[in-house]
Amino acid sequence: MINERYDLNRGLAQMLKGGVIMDVTNPEQARIAQEAGACAVMALERIPADIRAAGGVSRMSDPKMIRGIQEAVSIPVMAKCRIGHFVEAQLLEAIEIDYIDESEVLSPADDVYHIDKRNFKVPFVCGAKDLGEALRRINEGASMIRTKGEPGTGDIVQAVRHMRMMKREMARISSMMENELYQAAKELQVPYELVRYVHENGKLPVVNFAAGGVATPADAALMMQLGAEGVFVGSGIFKSGNPVKRAAAIVKAVTNYNDAKMIAELSEDLGEAMVGINEQEIELLMAERGK
Amino acid sequence: MKIAVLAVQGAFAEHEQMLEELGVEHFEIRRKEDLDRNFDGLILPGGESTVQGKLLKELDLYEELKKRIEGGLPVFGTCAGLILLAGELSNDTGVGFGTLPVVVRRNAYGRQLGSFTVEEEVRGVGKIPMVFIRAPYIEEAFEGAEVIAATGGNIVGVRCGNQVGISFHPEVTGNTDMHRYFVEMVRESIS
Repeated sequence: MINERYDLNRGLAQMLKGGVIMDVTNPEQARIAQEAGACAVMALERIPADIRAAGGVSRMSDPKMIRGIQEAVSIPVMAKCRIGHFVEAQLLEAIEIDYIDESEVLSPADDVYHIDKRNFKVPFVCGAKDLGEALRRINEGASMIRTKGEPGTGDIVQAVRHMRMMKREMARISSMMENELYQAAKELQVPYELVRYVHENGKLPVVNFAAGGVATPADAALMMQLGAEGVFVGSGIFKSGNPVKRAAAIVKAVTNYNDAKMIAELSEDLGEAMVGINEQEIELLMAERGK
Repeated sequence: MKIAVLAVQGAFAEHEQMLEELGVEHFEIRRKEDLDRNFDGLILPGGESTVQGKLLKELDLYEELKKRIEGGLPVFGTCAGLILLAGELSNDTGVGFGTLPVVVRRNAYGRQLGSFTVEEEVRGVGKIPMVFIRAPYIEEAFEGAEVIAATGGNIVGVRCGNQVGISFHPEVTGNTDMHRYFVEMVRESIS
């Protein structure tokens, strides 16, 4: 697990910390995101809210469209492939993407196996609802983790639930006696060494971002105060009334997530937030894809 | 001695960890009020230089920090921090202080697949591991800027007076030698 390439990939995630990664669907949006202060962009054909609305099978984006975005900005460009679809991942590596998101937002290509991410040179970020999922993805080679949240809803409740769950389980592992860690590894279905790392360090061995349902500066600050090291914003920006202003406000709220006075000012006159869908109104729970 | 770490975005916690190991007092700069505290040195961490440059200005930190760096405040920039210090960028418009007389190329080694690790000598520090992540390099160092590190024929570290700028990330390795070098610089500047 500990090799040079993996360390470099974990390192890139470290450089993204304290930042906001924004979903963009074309070069124009990518430039707006970069100017607003995004630390990276996620290139995809349709943002989660539209994927949800359109239904049907959702796949990796057109490589040409991704390349257009790579040419438009100087910050790192990420793109999504389907869970288990290692060929889509190979294509993304071939066009030199900076980070691959093996994402539940797209339709899963494999309902049993995730991608063996150790076979790739490019880094992977994966979603997780709890500590077991996070450590299983890390064991497969993910060098960054994010909460799954519930993409495309503008509802923060699931991201909060996932982050709290991870924090709670890490606290539990930290407080265990050493001779209890073997059983914990068995329950979490992960290697002992990863459980031991969490026991000793009280955190994941990779960077952990929040994702799914972030729509306002306050949402972003909430996730940061709950322990996220940065934030993904998907539909929340370009589905809102004033994307430029909202994007810049979210960036500043992530930097100064403890400064309520500043966040209150940032939250003024942002125009309409994306129209949310409540948890109970959703027919498709994307977070349940890939365990 | 107290060292401030710019903490608007990026790998600032890693630098704090290094200072912690060296037993140096430190704090974060995230907003204007933080500048009211006394500090003897400043670290500009890795991260995204476009984001950091923008936040420096929008959070009203830029003018004051630039004035202090020009006034001789010891400053240590790594990767994005080097870009913030650079007097000129060859493939972009400047976003930072522009106080270091060098021309820097952003993303000089390409995308993440071009990231790499080597071990090289840094003048005044010794041989250390160097981690380059979507790193810049220095195309040209003008008078006053002493080259302290190079690899593969490219300049990756310079010192000019109290300013040190490097392309790589000592903060993600376990090696504190580069930080010790900077702390020594700060110590000399106060004595």
